[in-house]
Amino acid sequence: MNELIKQIKDPVLSIQNLSVSYNKGKYAVSDVSAGIKKNRVTAIMGPSGCGKSTLLRAINRMHDLYPNIETIGQIFLNGEDTSTMSNIMLRRKIGMVFQHPNPFPTMSIYDNVIAGYKLNGIRMKKAERDEIVEKSLKDVVLWDEVKDSLTKKGTFLSGGQQQRLCIARALAFRPDVVLLDEPTSALDPVATKKVEELLIELKKQYTIILVTHNMSQAARISDYSMFMYLGELVEYGKTKNMFINPVDKRTEEYLTGKFS
Amino acid sequence: MISLTANNKEPKGLDSRLFKDRLFKVVVFIFAFITISPIVLIIYKLIIKGYKQINLSFFTETAPDTYEAMIALSNNEVIPGGILNGITGTLLMVVLASVMAIPIGLLIGIFLYENSTKRYANIVRDITDILQGVPSIVLGLIAYFWVVKSITNGFSALAGSTALGIMMLPLIIRSTEETLKMIPETIKEAGMALGVPYHKILLRVLIPTGFSGLLTGILLAISRIIGETAPLMLTALGSMGVNYNIEKPTSAVPLLIWEFYNDPNMVDLIWSSSLLLMGFVLLLNLISKHIMAKRA
Repeated sequence: MNELIKQIKDPVLSIQNLSVSYNKGKYAVSDVSAGIKKNRVTAIMGPSGCGKSTLLRAINRMHDLYPNIETIGQIFLNGEDTSTMSNIMLRRKIGMVFQHPNPFPTMSIYDNVIAGYKLNGIRMKKAERDEIVEKSLKDVVLWDEVKDSLTKKGTFLSGGQQQRLCIARALAFRPDVVLLDEPTSALDPVATKKVEELLIELKKQYTIILVTHNMSQAARISDYSMFMYLGELVEYGKTKNMFINPVDKRTEEYLTGKFS
Repeated sequence: MISLTANNKEPKGLDSRLFKDRLFKVVVFIFAFITISPIVLIIYKLIIKGYKQINLSFFTETAPDTYEAMIALSNNEVIPGGILNGITGTLLMVVLASVMAIPIGLLIGIFLYENSTKRYANIVRDITDILQGVPSIVLGLIAYFWVVKSITNGFSALAGSTALGIMMLPLIIRSTEETLKMIPETIKEAGMALGVPYHKILLRVLIPTGFSGLLTGILLAISRIIGETAPLMLTALGSMGVNYNIEKPTSAVPLLIWEFYNDPNMVDLIWSSSLLLMGFVLLLNLISKHIMAKRA
């Protein structure tokens, strides 16, 4: 696997020998190493329970929320060891979008977008705030739909709009990397298409890592793909190459639908 | 398609099954009716017996003495005076009890939510449940020894509200914990993923999200204690006049009802006081129901 890291020049994010265990000795992710290319969409796919979400959540240390989860290994962000950063700084640089849209229910659309600044007590002039909100909402192509109802609660939006709002919230900090954990699995096909188009557009500015259950989604929008199986990173490479000519037999079996 | 025509025939025993279905519906309806009838009867009785006494002086004057009531009764008049001393006493003690119980209860509830699986939290949770089962007269007794005997050196509103506050605690603790538990984990994670420190997520996201639930818990706790009589007999004792001094004996609406009950001349006042108390509890319940409905 180490050869694959070398393939990717100047990775924005470099994962080295990462293992995560929920119970002592049982690894949900074992010894994964990979580099993530800047301004590309990298998809992590694999069958249920293969550790793809666990890997993703290790990147911004969401596992710290739960005391019995143990993480070993190193992750470098722009060459800097993330273990030396505080969780707070790390999560500002690495944004995250979840499986189910989860706007803060008591906050307006405007406040949801600016929530990262507001909750962290970062004070700004109103003009600056307005600019960030407008830019973030324009980034996720939601601005035209909500610009007249910014003071309404975020939960009034449709599911697809809510998910784009959550993406806008993650983008408000201008993160280096955006992590998406099956962002379209709770959405209908039309909303899914919009989010997918959005991700292709967003990679011009951001590096995107996408966990997906859906092979064709990975094929449609990702530049690089990882295939994980039983916690192991089986194959990692350019999406085109992997789908046409998988190296590992397990990847081939997964892609051809022998198991899922 | 074939099966559709085959099914056209009426299945065997359909009539008796339909009859059983109807019978069951009737039985359920009757039992539901039995459940609501006591409350309807209670309110009906209280209104019929108590409405005559409810006038302006009922809210603005203190309780009459036996002699005044006896004169009025013999002249077939409405008993003069009111229950102002009871109303002010109840308000004073409820406010005082809330001031003591709400902050502590919320904090303990948050603690239980945060550490739901820790051993110490489990102990605290069990003890909270036990506290909820302690008879109110026992809490009155405890408040008597803690406050009446050692702090105020005499019966006092403070002692009464201490007993009531302890009664409120478990209700607030459990409703706080349950409310916070209902908030989806993903909301918390959304805050974490934005790099927000945990205490800020709690204060700025979780508590506002669960606010209506917390408020409902507090209102129900108040409606639970507002009619308590037994612990007040050992602590607040009662007083003839309006009292705002927390170190002095104080009356309360349920205490007055008890006093009226013991005085054959004041029977009419029992009903009107009970009507007022009942109305207040009903109002609190309706408000909390309304808040819950709005949330859902």
